[in-house]
Amino acid sequence: MLDKLVDTGKKATRDGYGAGMHELGKVNPNVVALCADLVASLKIQEFIDENPERFIQSGISEANMMGMAAGLATGGKIPFPSTFANFATGRVYDQIRQSIAYSEKNVKICASHAGLTLGEDGATHQILEDIGMMRMLPGFTVINPCDYNQTKAATIALAEHVGPAYLRFGRPSWPNFTPADQKFEIGKALMLSEGTDVSIFSTGHMVWQTIEAARALEKEGISCELINIHTIKPLDEAAVLASVAKTGCVVTAEEHNRYGGLGDAIAQVLTSNHPVPQEYVAVNDSFGESGKPAELLPKYGLGIDDVVAAVKKVLKRK
Amino acid sequence: MTDRELKLKSVEYRQKILRYIYHAKAGHTGGSLSCIDILNVLYNQVMNVSPENFDDPGRDRYVQSKGHSVEALYVVLADLGFFPEEDLLTLCRYQSPYIGHPTKKVRGMEQNTGGLGHGLAICSGNALAAKKDKLPLRVFTVLGDGEMAEGSNWEAMMLAAHYKLDNLCAILDYNKQQITGANADVIGLEPIRQKVEAFGWVVREVDGNDVCALADTLQCLPFEAGKPSFVIAHTVKGKGVSFMEGVLKWHHGVPSPEQYEQAMKELEEARQKLLEEVVEA
Repeated sequence: MLDKLVDTGKKATRDGYGAGMHELGKVNPNVVALCADLVASLKIQEFIDENPERFIQSGISEANMMGMAAGLATGGKIPFPSTFANFATGRVYDQIRQSIAYSEKNVKICASHAGLTLGEDGATHQILEDIGMMRMLPGFTVINPCDYNQTKAATIALAEHVGPAYLRFGRPSWPNFTPADQKFEIGKALMLSEGTDVSIFSTGHMVWQTIEAARALEKEGISCELINIHTIKPLDEAAVLASVAKTGCVVTAEEHNRYGGLGDAIAQVLTSNHPVPQEYVAVNDSFGESGKPAELLPKYGLGIDDVVAAVKKVLKRK
Repeated sequence: MTDRELKLKSVEYRQKILRYIYHAKAGHTGGSLSCIDILNVLYNQVMNVSPENFDDPGRDRYVQSKGHSVEALYVVLADLGFFPEEDLLTLCRYQSPYIGHPTKKVRGMEQNTGGLGHGLAICSGNALAAKKDKLPLRVFTVLGDGEMAEGSNWEAMMLAAHYKLDNLCAILDYNKQQITGANADVIGLEPIRQKVEAFGWVVREVDGNDVCALADTLQCLPFEAGKPSFVIAHTVKGKGVSFMEGVLKWHHGVPSPEQYEQAMKELEEARQKLLEEVVEA
């Protein structure tokens, strides 16, 4: 199955969001887009051009944007407030917690430029804590798609979903390998490649890193089961446990701090149900810096080699 | 520093901003060019801060709230001798401390900034602490016009007036544009003067690209005892390069080789003209 995972041409996940919004603009009149002065970065210009009356520019006032989104949802709209991931989460956490999560508002927070791969802007903008923060909010759905096609499909699926949600995506061009016509099922893990020696659960940009690592490991006779956890919450526990029953060990991979993200979410399921050795591929509790994704990912432990090393380490612990 | 020397510094700083942004192939060109005259006057004429006194608790403080225009601050700090200017050849590169927004890893920086709407609250805290410690220092920040939409700025403004922080001066780099377009089209901030005055600050307006006017204004701080000072510095985004002035795409555009050559030629002509004036004088 590994050889079927082919990059059909690099595209940014944020462009997938823009394409999803463009589609929603045509099919769902309740969808409203909001943005805090980052329209071009979020790729929603087509939505705005075709639906100017359904776009609200908040300017650089993210807290205000989240409050307005909560208010719009009360009136039956489906607001999609969007900005960079650091401003969409940490900056406005209390607004999200009180006005959206606690108030059970049907708001879809859409966040680009998450993680190290935003590159040159450096640490202030490279949020590596957002999955943890959003996962902790009661009732919140947290989604981190892996490529353009999946981000587009997830965006469209969110409009049908009822309840607060966080959609996390990124800035760089990245391999696009999932089907263009996929139906995105929130909360349903995606089997990418079956294997027997180790279960690799990955999310976001790191999915491609694990595919490349699995190809390298296959040459050494190591069989990896690759599972794409696009929805970190609610987690597809059945899929996790079924895979682990077969392989007996786990590697998790995410573009996020090792605390609070996908790795911890998987570990919670394992410790309560089926404890097995687990290794984390994640940022080791630090902030980022400027640089290109290809420079930053290996430096912060998110390279293909880091996945390979984690697999070998966990196999020894089996 | 004489008026002519200040003018010369501004042109040279603009050349450096473009040189390092061009080399890095990254950076916020338009905003750095709009605010550089303000930073020039602050660091060379107004503030008591230098590499020699940077560890002195009594030094004046500067926090750049519009952190994305960090290139302007880098070239001024290098010029003052905080670090070798050639270090800026690593701007925005992997493993460089000279990242895309202000960081205290760089000597001369007081505060990490980047996300907008943070600087004024931090400066208010600095100014309040100085009052409590009876230190005569002053605290300065440069705000972007787009970031005036951040509610946190207005919260800080209430606080600064309440605590009578007349050792605090905020300068608005009012180039009238932000990343998406004109302020007036995104979220209008007018009438900004009346709003700030209503929050209890004393406001002066000045041509923010005129170093002489800026120096005159900033030399009579505080504008009124017991009140914080606010300068509306009317600037032009991309100032100093004909094809960048007021053109939105230069918010963080990087010039092509041809554009870079043209920009540097214009600035060099401006520099030579100033040098001739100095000789004549």
